Amino acid sequence: MSEAKKYLVGMFDDDDVLLHAVEHIRHAGYDITDVYTPFPVHGLEHKLGLEPTRIHTAGFFFGATGLTVALSMITFINKFNYPTDFGGKPNWGLLAYVPITFEHTVLFAAIGMTVSFYYLCKLWPGKKPVIIDERTTDHLFAMTFELDKNKDSNYINAVSELLKNEGAIEVYQKEV
Amino acid sequence: MASHFESPLREPLINGNKTYKDITNDIVRPTTGKIQPKWLFWTSVSAAVAGLFVFCITWEVCFGIGTWGANKTVGWAWDITNFVWWIGIGHAGTLISAILLLFRQKWRTGVNRAAEAMTIFAVICAGQFPIFHMGRVWDAFFIFPYPNTRGPLWVNFTSPLLWDVFAISTYFTVSLLFWYTGLVPDFATIRDQSKTKGRWNFYNFLSFGWIGTAKHWERWESLSLILAGLSTPLVLSVHTIVSFDFATSIVPGWHTTIMPPYFVAGAIFSGFAMVLTLMLVARHVMDLKDYITLAHIESMNKVMLLTGTMVGIAYLTELFTAWYSGNMYESYAFANRAMGPYWWSYFGMMFCNLVSPQVFWFRKLRRNIGVTFAMSILINIGMWFERFVIIVTSLHRDYLPSSWVYYSPSWVEIGIFVGTIGLFMTLFLMFCRFFPAIAIAEVKSILKVSGNQYRQGQLDELKDQKVYDNVSVDSKNWD
Repeated sequence: MSEAKKYLVGMFDDDDVLLHAVEHIRHAGYDITDVYTPFPVHGLEHKLGLEPTRIHTAGFFFGATGLTVALSMITFINKFNYPTDFGGKPNWGLLAYVPITFEHTVLFAAIGMTVSFYYLCKLWPGKKPVIIDERTTDHLFAMTFELDKNKDSNYINAVSELLKNEGAIEVYQKEV
Repeated sequence: MASHFESPLREPLINGNKTYKDITNDIVRPTTGKIQPKWLFWTSVSAAVAGLFVFCITWEVCFGIGTWGANKTVGWAWDITNFVWWIGIGHAGTLISAILLLFRQKWRTGVNRAAEAMTIFAVICAGQFPIFHMGRVWDAFFIFPYPNTRGPLWVNFTSPLLWDVFAISTYFTVSLLFWYTGLVPDFATIRDQSKTKGRWNFYNFLSFGWIGTAKHWERWESLSLILAGLSTPLVLSVHTIVSFDFATSIVPGWHTTIMPPYFVAGAIFSGFAMVLTLMLVARHVMDLKDYITLAHIESMNKVMLLTGTMVGIAYLTELFTAWYSGNMYESYAFANRAMGPYWWSYFGMMFCNLVSPQVFWFRKLRRNIGVTFAMSILINIGMWFERFVIIVTSLHRDYLPSSWVYYSPSWVEIGIFVGTIGLFMTLFLMFCRFFPAIAIAEVKSILKVSGNQYRQGQLDELKDQKVYDNVSVDSKNWD
């Protein structure tokens, strides 16, 4: 368990208000540490300036691996290791391998991407989460600002004021 | 203003002026509180029926496949009929969660979770049949290609039966991953609503410690979209490959190129029927009428009308082609289906799948709960008959008349089939009790687009404007 950090938390009860608030607060030059929402809010990642995820690119490479593994394994088995003669037909026929190759591609892509997702998000069964506010999985949205040594009371007051002006229903400090 | 615009003329998908808080409470509620006697009763009944499955399977493993009625020439009978029936039922879940996600059909959010669960349970039931039909089930792992000491001896990669192994196992794995990843944020919601330590730990374990940061949601959405994109061709390929089991053979009645699209349409048809059977009961018992509205039911009925009619056209096309081909074996196979000893199954299939869904041309009947429930049962029966017709009536007349037989199932086969229904219901009831039966986060994300109060607000804005000539937006009364 890492040592506790202190946060300034602004709670919102509407996703559209939250989106505008994120935009204005970032525009005013403050760094938002994170935003917690009960459901995916579209456009939030752009407003926060997050880099687009590359998980789908990873998916493509996992899929390509699956395809290669399937085709090379079938080729090795059917052509070299265990060639069979069915009425003189060629013992390597790509068309007949399409179904298994396709399934294998999908299987690798799906497993690879899902594992990458949990790895990147650092989620695993039994993980003890750092919960800022329990209501963020229910009906409220939280915007947090990490308070380190350099952030004095002027900073806290300025951000709190800004949060309230932008429609936060609650502003408080929390150590987690 | 919500991030996505929807025409005010569309029916709302969430009724009852819900807030985000209400959605959480309504969907988490069935998972809390004391276990109800009614739930316990039905779960025990289902578990007892699942016990019948275990008993009959044990019997079959001890005494061999000879305990079944299947024999030459009807080597595939109830087992493969049930296998295809269950696999088909599974298809609706993937269709709802994947294909409708790609088509941006918002109504999927109300039913996708339960339908995906149903997919997984149906595939579990389906898998039992080919596995136990192997006879020496302890050697079942021989179907996987792995280096072994039996020579270099490998599986046959050109056989549709092996394609099936890959298709079904991939389908099960991908559906499970898709379903579970969708469940993770909702488990976190239940965790944060829980009042006891044990419950918190249980749901935190299941939620993988989800907290819902912006970056996590972004990745989650990206993953869901790609998994949906992968599942869409996957679900089409699975039933296509199942149909290859028949279509690549040289049995009259099986050897037809129409099989893949016909099987896929039939799978979606039967799957929606099963979704409706379960959801109509669940929405009533769990009080989810505001989330599974008549709009949802009507949409599903429209899909059933479409796919049922597609299946019907396939039946008629097969008949026409059998006659037009001039091939006497092919013509006989189809004449025998309709007029042979199994005529009753053929007419059951025709009536349930082609004729009866036509009632859904009428809006009143599409929105009638009683009619929908009765139809869903009828279609489930009809689709079972379809697989029985394809498998048994094609096999019971061999090229050699001396091999002609009339197949009837033994009690072991009946017990196994009825038992899988018990297994399925047990799993589904457990799911309804312990898991969020509706995708909480996804329903919340469409609230501002499809909630009835927001829709009414949109209509109020348009009150005095003329939108379309023949449509009035003055008053709307949904449900």
